[in-house]
Formats: sequence, C-alpha cells, structure tokens
Amino acid sequence: MRARYYFEGEEHEELRTQARRFATAQIAPNATSWEEAEEFPRSLYPALANAGLMGVGYPEEFGGCGGDLGHTLAAAEEILLAGHSVGTIVGLSSHAIALPPILARGSEEQKRRFVSPVMSGEKISALGITEPSGGSDVAALQTKAVRDGDHYVVSGAKTFITSGTRADFVTTAVRTGGPGHGGISLLIIEKDTPGFFVSKKLKKTGWWASDTAELRFDNCRVPAENLIGPENSGFFAIVSNFVHERLYLAAQCVAIAQLAYQESVAYARNRSAFGKTLSRFQVTRHKLSDMATKIAAARALTGEVAMRAMAGEAVIAQAAMAKNAATDACSWVADQAVQIHGGYGYMRESIVERLYRDARLYAIGGGTREIMNEIISKTEAF
Amino acid sequence: MKILVPVKRVPDPELKANIKDGKLDLSGAQWVVNTFDEYAVEAALRLTENADEGSRDGEVVVVTIGPDDAAVQLRSCLAMGADRAIHVASEDANLDSLLVAKTLKAVYDEEKPDMVLLGKQAVDGDTNQVGQMLAALLNLPQATFAASIELADDGKACVVSREVDAGVEFKKLPLPAVVTVDLRIVSPTSITNGITPESHEYADGPRYASLKGIMKAKKKPMDNKTMADLGVSGSPVVKELEVTLPEARAAGQIVESVEELVKKLSEEAKAL
Ligand SMILES: Cc1cc2nc3c(=O)[nH]c(=O)nc-3n(C[C@H](O)[C@H](O)[C@H](O)COP(=O)(O)OP(=O)(O)OC[C@H]3O[C@@H](n4cnc5c(N)ncnc54)[C@H](O)[C@@H]3O)c2cc1C
Repeated sequence: MRARYYFEGEEHEELRTQARRFATAQIAPNATSWEEAEEFPRSLYPALANAGLMGVGYPEEFGGCGGDLGHTLAAAEEILLAGHSVGTIVGLSSHAIALPPILARGSEEQKRRFVSPVMSGEKISALGITEPSGGSDVAALQTKAVRDGDHYVVSGAKTFITSGTRADFVTTAVRTGGPGHGGISLLIIEKDTPGFFVSKKLKKTGWWASDTAELRFDNCRVPAENLIGPENSGFFAIVSNFVHERLYLAAQCVAIAQLAYQESVAYARNRSAFGKTLSRFQVTRHKLSDMATKIAAARALTGEVAMRAMAGEAVIAQAAMAKNAATDACSWVADQAVQIHGGYGYMRESIVERLYRDARLYAIGGGTREIMNEIISKTEAF
Repeated sequence: MKILVPVKRVPDPELKANIKDGKLDLSGAQWVVNTFDEYAVEAALRLTENADEGSRDGEVVVVTIGPDDAAVQLRSCLAMGADRAIHVASEDANLDSLLVAKTLKAVYDEEKPDMVLLGKQAVDGDTNQVGQMLAALLNLPQATFAASIELADDGKACVVSREVDAGVEFKKLPLPAVVTVDLRIVSPTSITNGITPESHEYADGPRYASLKGIMKAKKKPMDNKTMADLGVSGSPVVKELEVTLPEARAAGQIVESVEELVKKLSEEAKAL
C-alpha cells in the first residue's frame, strides 16, 4: 500500500523524493542513537533548510519555500517514513505551531525578525500555551503580562513545550487583560530575555529525540514591540492555526501507522514459526489487512479535510474528526505491529517498539481526544 | 557556456531486482535519474552559475531518450535547475549504447553546445560506453571519469582531473568536448568556472530540488522529438539473451587464528 494522499501529483512525488533523500542520508542512520540520547544535533535545522524542506508551506517572502498544506503533509510524511525518528521530526517542526500566529497577525518587522531566521535553520522556535495548571482550557491560562512603559513584565510558567530547551524564542500566550479568552495576548519571548528560565527538560513516554521543556518567567521584561497583533487578541491568533495543526498531527499519525505497517509486512514475510513465515498464517494476513484498512481510512479522511481546508472551507469539526480517527488508527496499528514482532517488538532495538510509544502522544497533544469530541459536539449541536 | 547533459532513467538501484523468465521484471519498478547523470547535471549547473550570488550564467540542456514516463526524470533535472529539456521518444528495448550515442550526436548537431557532460555510466546496464562512442562519432576530444573540472582560457578549454591507479591525471581539452563524470565531481570544490569565487564550498552531493524549483520545472520548455525527427534509424546491435542474478555467496567462516587462516587459504581456497 503506497503512502500517498489522493491530492498528490507529480510535484508532490518530486518533493517526496527530495525528502526521502534527505531523511535517508541525514536522519535514518542516527535515528536510534538520537532517540536514545533524547536529542538530535542542532545542525540538523540548517541542513533541513538547505535541502529546501524547512519552509515547505511558508511564504517565500520570509524565506519559506512556498507551497500549501498538501505539500507540507507529503514532505512531513516522507521524512518520517524514511527517517524512522518521530522525535526528530516533531522537534524539527515545532515552527509549525510557533510561526503561524506571527505570520497571521504579526507585523512585517516581526515576520522578518522571527520567521526568516527559522526558515534558514538559524533559529529554533517554540509555542508556549500549556501551563502546569492546565492545557485544555486555554481561556483559563494564568501567566500574567503587565505593561510597564515599553515592556511587558511576564510572570508564570509553561510546560510540555516542544523544543523549549533549545528555542531561541517562544511564541507565548499570556494574560494581559481580564479573565477568559478575551484577556489573552501572544508575546514573542526571546531566550536571552532576563527572567526567562528553562526550568526542566522533561522525560517522556515517547518522542524522545524531541526536547520538551518546562519554562518559567520571573518578572521577565519583554519589549512591547514583541506583542503579536493588538493586545487581548491572542486567543484568535492561537485558534486560527488549529485546523492546520490538527491536520498536521493527523498526517503524522497516518505516517507513523504506515511505517509500523511497512515494518510489520517486512517482518511477517521474513520471520518463521512452525515451519512457515508469519505471513503464511491467515491470522497474520488478516491482521495486516485490518491495519492497511484503518490506515487507508485515516488517510482518506485526513486527505479530504486537507483538500477542503486548502479550498478555503471552514473545517474545524472535520479536522477534529480527522485527528481523532488518525490517532485511533495509529495507536491500534502500532499496537498490532508490536504484536506481529513478538518479543522483538517489545525491545528497544525495534522501530515498532518506539512507534508504539510515540503514538500515545497524539490523543493528548495538540488538543486531547476529549477536546476534539467537544468541538465535534458543539458543531453538531447534539 | 551551453552544456548538454544526457540523462537516463534507471530502476531505483536501492530496490531489489526481480527476474522473471530470464528478463528483468520492471513492472513494479520505481524510476529515478541515473546517479551519475544526476552528478553530471549538478556539475553542469555549477559550471554555469555564480553560486555566491545565486545567479545563472549559461545554459544547461538535459536530454533523455526513453519512453513517455521518462519526462518525469527530465522534470526532476529541470527542478534541480536545468534550463530546458529535450525528450526523444523511444522504448528502452529498442536501444543500445551505439544507437543512444548516434541520437545524441544528432541532438548535439542541432544544439551545438560547448560541452557534453555525461555520467560515466548508467547504474542499470553499467556499460560505460555512451560518452566514449559519442566523442568518437563527433570527433571531439574526450575526458572520462572526471573528478574535477576547471574552465580555462576564457572558456575555450577545460582542465579535467581523473583519478587513476597511479594518482591524479590532469587533461586539458579544447572546447567543445565530451566529458563523463565520476562521483567526486560533486564534492564541495570540484568545479571551478571563473565566476563563482574559488572560496565557495558547495554542500557535498547533488543539490536538492526546492519546492520552488519543482513548481518552476513544470513551466520550463520541453521539446518532444522522435528518433526519426533527428534522422536516426536502425536497431540495436547488442541483443539481450538472458538476465540472471549472480550466484548466492556461500556463508563466510570465522577462524580462530592467523595460522588457521593461512592454512585454510592455502589448502582449501588454494589462494596462496
Ligand atoms: C510531548 C508533548 C508535547 C507538547 N508540546 C506542546 C507545545 O509545544 N506547546 C504547548 O503549548 N503545549 C504542548 N503540549 C501540551 C498539550 O497541548 C497538553 O498536554 C494538552 O492540551 C492537554 O492539556 P493538559 O495536559 O493540561 O491536560 P488537561 O487539560 O488537564 O486534561 C486532562 C484530561 O482531562 C480531559 N478534559 C479536559 N477538559 C475536558 C472537557 N471539557 N471535557 C472532557 N474531558 C476534558 C482531557 O481530555 C484529559 O484527558 C505538549 C504535550 C506533550 C505531552
């Protein structure tokens, strides 16, 4: 079963060729060691940019490569399939959540200062929304920013921030106004700002090669020019990227499932038990068939919603459905992949063991499974 | 400077070859640009640009002789940065090295490039003949297995280095000439064109096609021709009789000591 979305054409194929070449040469040989070391080298960012893969889906004006969501999903899938390291790709792509609010609501000056150097791989960006006290209820966030002359004085904490320990700046959600979503603003907080601390690099179930941090702001003085858009308009800037973010995560799930499936097919054809290969047992073949079917369904929904989003339709609930469908397919397929691999599937030396752990994140990050269902419920008005 | 780069599509060399009834089964093949031809495209692009300023200074024309689908590989080369393409229609089975060389001669006569830059061989048939035959047909100077190319005498000549058993051999060729390239040609400082500052270091290997390049490639000119258009006819003189896989290698052995190794080499392998 080929890993292709229905919307893909020859230019996606060519893009996948480039992505595969990059990931095969630069990521795959190091996948296991980077995952075990819980870090990949910083030099991979400029290398990715040099291969023309960092800025896929971002405007050329600010150093991006042009293209649309479809190009982004195809390239990301191929890097994952050929690179074998989910942690590396999610670390490399924290800009997919950090930059869109700047591109959507930031000033030209902010785009030049913050978007361009990320596109060239020189700077690392992160998005800071979730707090130790809660992530799902974004409107209740507590990190405070008080205006003081030309600065905002920020105090509070963020947690589970992808690329947080290495980020040169964090697109940070803060409370500048009253309670609720109407009091939230987005501030770009740079690493060297006095009062900005990385308090912890967190240990995780999966996504090992990606660093995840707890950040602390202790009377951190942030220049007011780093405010994105008008004060108290941050919530809408955050929400405006939700469709793309969720489709991007859904596509990661599809890619992880596809990789787990491919590994399983190869293993089943090679491994023998009771005098024949595993693939000669009907039970195994049916298991693989079910895996293929679930992946095809998740891919079809993700692809359809992506096409609708590209055509300009409002697809908030559909994107939530795609994320949940892909999340479920991915977790199930990864679990079956471990089963087909037997004891080896439980060993850290196998790729599927890692994918099984990586898969667990997707029902939590980028909006939990339950929050997706809340969105669907509201839209369907049950 | 105008450079003609012939390219061939080959089945992805990373994938396993399937053989059915004494023939290669290519029904499930994934096609890619022959590795050495990709290097030739990269070298041609380096020869015709100012890499520091990112500007073009010359023309690179890629040509392939192959079936309709081979347009995909031509577009890959255009996406890397080649300026235009020529697609001469033919089925692979109707070709051999000499026919390809004759067709390329006809293209050369129409295009009159300053240089023909080819891969040293295609990684499917590994014949390593087309460049040499083409030079002979054109009666042009040739240098094969180029590891580096330097333009000289105001672009009227080039100096090619080749890695040979005894060391590195340098050849100076008046242009036009036929040059075939080896893998070193894509190392960071293998090309000197008098335009890109000599201090410039390329990333190792052929460049990646950017998404912008990929989109632009669709709008670049591609001429479609037949061999008849070019006045080339004839059938292959080389006939493929049968394709077989090399015999599976016997398992290796681990020996305990040098003495045992020497004994085995002399008594069993009869190699000493
Ligand atoms: C590896 C990783 C990387 C991450 N990267 C980032 C990042 O880069 N930036 C960032 O800002 N955040 C990031 N997050 C945080 C992530 O977005 C949050 O974990 C997520 O939004 C859930 O928030 P929470 O953990 O506070 O859980 P809570 O909001 O406390 O939820 C706990 C449970 O209650 C359920 N629940 C909550 N509200 C409802 C409701 N209304 N109805 C029903 N059930 C409900 C949830 O679904 C969940 O099961 C990351 C998380 C992880 C694990």
